[in-house]
Amino acid sequence: MAEAFIYDAVRTPRGRGKSDRSLHEVQPINLLTTVLRHLQQRNNLDTRLVEDVIMGCVAPVGEQGADIARTAVLEAGYAQTAAGVQLNRFCSSGLEAINMAAAYVMSGQMDLIIAGGVESMSRVPMGSDGGAMAFSPEIVSRHSLVPQGISADLIATKYGYSRHDVDTFAAESYRRAVDAQANNRFVKSIAPVVDDLGIELLGHDEGVRPGTTVESLGKLKPAFEMMGSMGLDALALMKYAEFDRINHVHHAGNSSQIVDGAAGVLIGSKEMGEKLGLKPRARLRSLAIVGTEPTIMLTGPVPAAQKALKKAGMSISDIDLFEVNEAFAAVPMFFMEQLGVDFSKVNPNGGSIALGHPLGATGAILTATLIDELERTGKGTGLVTLCIGGGMGIATIFERIN
Amino acid sequence: MITYTLDNTIAVIRWNMTTVPLNVLNDESIPQFVEALDRAYADEAVSGIIITSDKPEFVVGADLKMMLRNINLPKAEVFQRSKQLSQIFRKMETCGKPVVAAINGTALGGGLEITLASHYRVALDNPKTKLGLPEVKVGLLPGAGGTQRLPRMIGMQAALPLMVEGKDLSVQEALGMGIIDAVAATPDEMMEKARNYIAANPKPVKAWDEIDRKTGKIKAKDNAKIPSGAVYSPIGAQVFSGGTAMMLDKTKGNYPAPTHIMEAVYEGLLVNIDRGLDIEVRHFAQLATSKEAGNLIRTMFLGLNEANKGASRPKDQVKTDVKKLGILGAGMMGAGIAYVSALAGIEVVLKDVTADGAEKGKDYSRALLKKAADRGKMNPLAIDGILNLIKPTAHAADLQGCDLIIEAVFEKQELKATVTQEAEPMLVENGVFGSNTSTLPISGLAHASANPANFIGIHFFSPVDKMQLVEIIMGEQTTDYALAVAIDYTRKIKKTPIVVNDSRGFYTSRCFGTYTAEGMELLKDGVNPVLIENAGKLAGMPVGPLAVHDEVALDLSLKVMTESIRAGIMSDAEPIYQMVKQFNEMGRIGKKAKAGFYDYPTDGSPKHLWPGLAGHFPVAAEQPALAEVKTRLLYRQAIEAVRCFEEGVIRTKLDADLGSILAWGFPAYTGGALSFVEFVGVETFVAECDRLADHYGERFRPTAGLRARVGEKEAVAA
Repeated sequence: MAEAFIYDAVRTPRGRGKSDRSLHEVQPINLLTTVLRHLQQRNNLDTRLVEDVIMGCVAPVGEQGADIARTAVLEAGYAQTAAGVQLNRFCSSGLEAINMAAAYVMSGQMDLIIAGGVESMSRVPMGSDGGAMAFSPEIVSRHSLVPQGISADLIATKYGYSRHDVDTFAAESYRRAVDAQANNRFVKSIAPVVDDLGIELLGHDEGVRPGTTVESLGKLKPAFEMMGSMGLDALALMKYAEFDRINHVHHAGNSSQIVDGAAGVLIGSKEMGEKLGLKPRARLRSLAIVGTEPTIMLTGPVPAAQKALKKAGMSISDIDLFEVNEAFAAVPMFFMEQLGVDFSKVNPNGGSIALGHPLGATGAILTATLIDELERTGKGTGLVTLCIGGGMGIATIFERIN
Repeated sequence: MITYTLDNTIAVIRWNMTTVPLNVLNDESIPQFVEALDRAYADEAVSGIIITSDKPEFVVGADLKMMLRNINLPKAEVFQRSKQLSQIFRKMETCGKPVVAAINGTALGGGLEITLASHYRVALDNPKTKLGLPEVKVGLLPGAGGTQRLPRMIGMQAALPLMVEGKDLSVQEALGMGIIDAVAATPDEMMEKARNYIAANPKPVKAWDEIDRKTGKIKAKDNAKIPSGAVYSPIGAQVFSGGTAMMLDKTKGNYPAPTHIMEAVYEGLLVNIDRGLDIEVRHFAQLATSKEAGNLIRTMFLGLNEANKGASRPKDQVKTDVKKLGILGAGMMGAGIAYVSALAGIEVVLKDVTADGAEKGKDYSRALLKKAADRGKMNPLAIDGILNLIKPTAHAADLQGCDLIIEAVFEKQELKATVTQEAEPMLVENGVFGSNTSTLPISGLAHASANPANFIGIHFFSPVDKMQLVEIIMGEQTTDYALAVAIDYTRKIKKTPIVVNDSRGFYTSRCFGTYTAEGMELLKDGVNPVLIENAGKLAGMPVGPLAVHDEVALDLSLKVMTESIRAGIMSDAEPIYQMVKQFNEMGRIGKKAKAGFYDYPTDGSPKHLWPGLAGHFPVAAEQPALAEVKTRLLYRQAIEAVRCFEEGVIRTKLDADLGSILAWGFPAYTGGALSFVEFVGVETFVAECDRLADHYGERFRPTAGLRARVGEKEAVAA
């Protein structure tokens, strides 16, 4: 079997997903063309060799609809022979795109692909695409489907994470992100977003808030308590009848931020790299996707990581560095607890709580961050994992080459 | 009978059924209705159609006896039949001529759906008229266009609660919601408004329809606008995502109808009305062949009606009428009985030991009447008349001339004997003496009576004004005459009687006791108490077994058990007895002590399970599945109901089922505690009981009688 190599990874900064923040004016298509243009320029890429552009997008409607990946290929000035496809596996879409691209390369069917994702959450709000999973009374009933915030609070309830525990985790995420930003650890991957006049709109992740502490987070109101009291807690507890209530610990400060952003990773075969004169930065060791119980929904990273490790013939201790998406603080906490991973190895530069989670792009952003950090620290192996709506988990293991 | 007359150019179709008490949609009326409609469609001279009724009501819905007969038909056949009716209604709105519903009285279910299919609805302003879609209450959905037309008329947000909760509306409420278009003060005005509409609207087209340019005929419009917003809109997210959760919080997923109603609206509003109507019928066919609908119709509609009419009354007894009632003991129960009796126009003598105590008992009625008046549910001018019927007293002499005396004093045999002997002589000749005991055997209490033939148990439930059931207990010597008096009285106060034979705990207390007992067994087995309580609620019981035990109080349980031990029908080695004793010794006797299985904080915060439970009953590492806990809780009650039936404690299956639902909240979707056996299937029930007995104890072992029924559809011989 052929091997899949990561030749480069680029992302936009994450702009806070509000109408008065930096990226709200930017069309999502432009976030994506920013990424494609930078990849082309940084690598002096002959785009005639790019076979496909696979882009995750979770709300592919309105201006994100109609196959935004193909739209971006044309708009970024790539050769028209490069195809484009948009996919949606909820929050893991960016990593799913990478895995699909890698699988194409490993199978020998394609040699050069760009994979990543985009989401302008300020312009196309989460949930804009509707879906029977959230709307159909029969489906919601049959499977006790609840919004993710309720699921995250259910994890905290089940595994005993107190409000103080999750706030402590979140404060550390902020501290690390502030530190990473101050030390320019993100600049290697960031492609600043500029307007048509060439004026820079945003060059850094906008959500990082210095001075965020357990105490300041402690003042925020639980975000899902009200929603839960209107039947949704009860719906979840129909399946989790061993609990009399859900402890609502998550809020805006310990859940992932709503942001705008895009990312792309250049993936290809060994031969293609040689042909292009590109040095591979990392090799994809194994990938895994799993389905899990959909009500608690967000526990998937654990079995996904186990599956990926098994495929790679590795054990958890072989992994030097983890990027576990901070959809909610309870998710990485659960991951570390279940797999016995030390916090020092997880999200060393902060995560989605401090930096934001542009749904379709995050998997690719985490991959870029992981590879940068492996290179910076000289560590060998890293694992990226995300929890996924509907009860799924994804994990991919990368090995540094440079 | 449905009549057809011509009023100039207007066809007037009048419902006036004579073979059934109320106008209903059934095999007789539907073809007649279609014939009349077809005649009007075909007659070119007819400019419009008015549908009304010659009876006080308009049309009250489908004939539920017919629905029950069809419950076992193949789903595809039910679909075809239901689709026919749906298309009959659809033709009303696409025929090209204006159709007006002149709603002279109550229009429910299919009756209201006739009006929704009309182009214009004018209702007589009658305060007694009820308008609504109550199908959900019998496990069905408004299957003749209700789920499709109502949301297309008033928006899904307004329409769904009416269908999911089945609430009735008054004429004025329906007008305010836009369900009807106009109100008339007199029948003449109603007909005039109907005619005026026809004159002004010769070719009406519904908002969800359009004229086909090629044929000139009315057809369904694709992408027709839904008032208040589409399914996939922020409103839709609220209605369907949030609304489903709120609905399930009530049904616990045990009642399929609300889910199907919501799904029919969700799916149906995504397509045009024609396809939506088909979708509705598909969901209707599923419900109309469901066990749950069969159970609700059989027990909670037809059965309840029968019981209320006195199904258990001895047929050969002449009608009796309690005009003057004596009540001994003006506590919670006595005061409640006084209230419901006075409401029914019965003269009540409410006797207590002191005049003050009796007056306090009357205060209970005062408070309830005031509350009803404050809520607009009672004419304030009627209050004094009702209160004047209640005479509080401390003198037994005031009981002179009572047709019936009910004692509601403390559950002490000696005390009950004393009050019986004191009051009985005051009865009219052949008067009846009733005891409101919940546990003491009636035959034993009857020893104190000079006339045990006229001594009977009349067991009310608390709170009397809310609880619909009365358990009537026959002592060894109680005559059918006394039973007739008790049933006639129960009917007069508009409650539902069931009749049981004398035995310890009778029927309701005995079976209900198994629910609380199994709750303790589970606790003893190391099952997480939260799981126990949730399993009870998710199975459809109104309250968890531990919480409800706290409500009835563990000192009462101890008393009952001690009596049972004394009577030799229970061993003091019984673990449940030991547990109850232990809780009594700890002073944790329940809610009234603010300590039982739960703690009841004095600061007003909600009760919570007592953390100390884990110390006494350590939670096992391995926990059973939710389904297993539910099974134990429900099967335990059902097998006890079977025993009661086989022992002759309860006389009819209907009484067993109704008693279980109305007295202690056994879930209605199962049809009742005895029908539960058929709900799961006799064979399955017996096999499960054997399995449970092997695992948890002989209390689950099926009876020989039940084993003999394996292979039969019915759990007991009818």
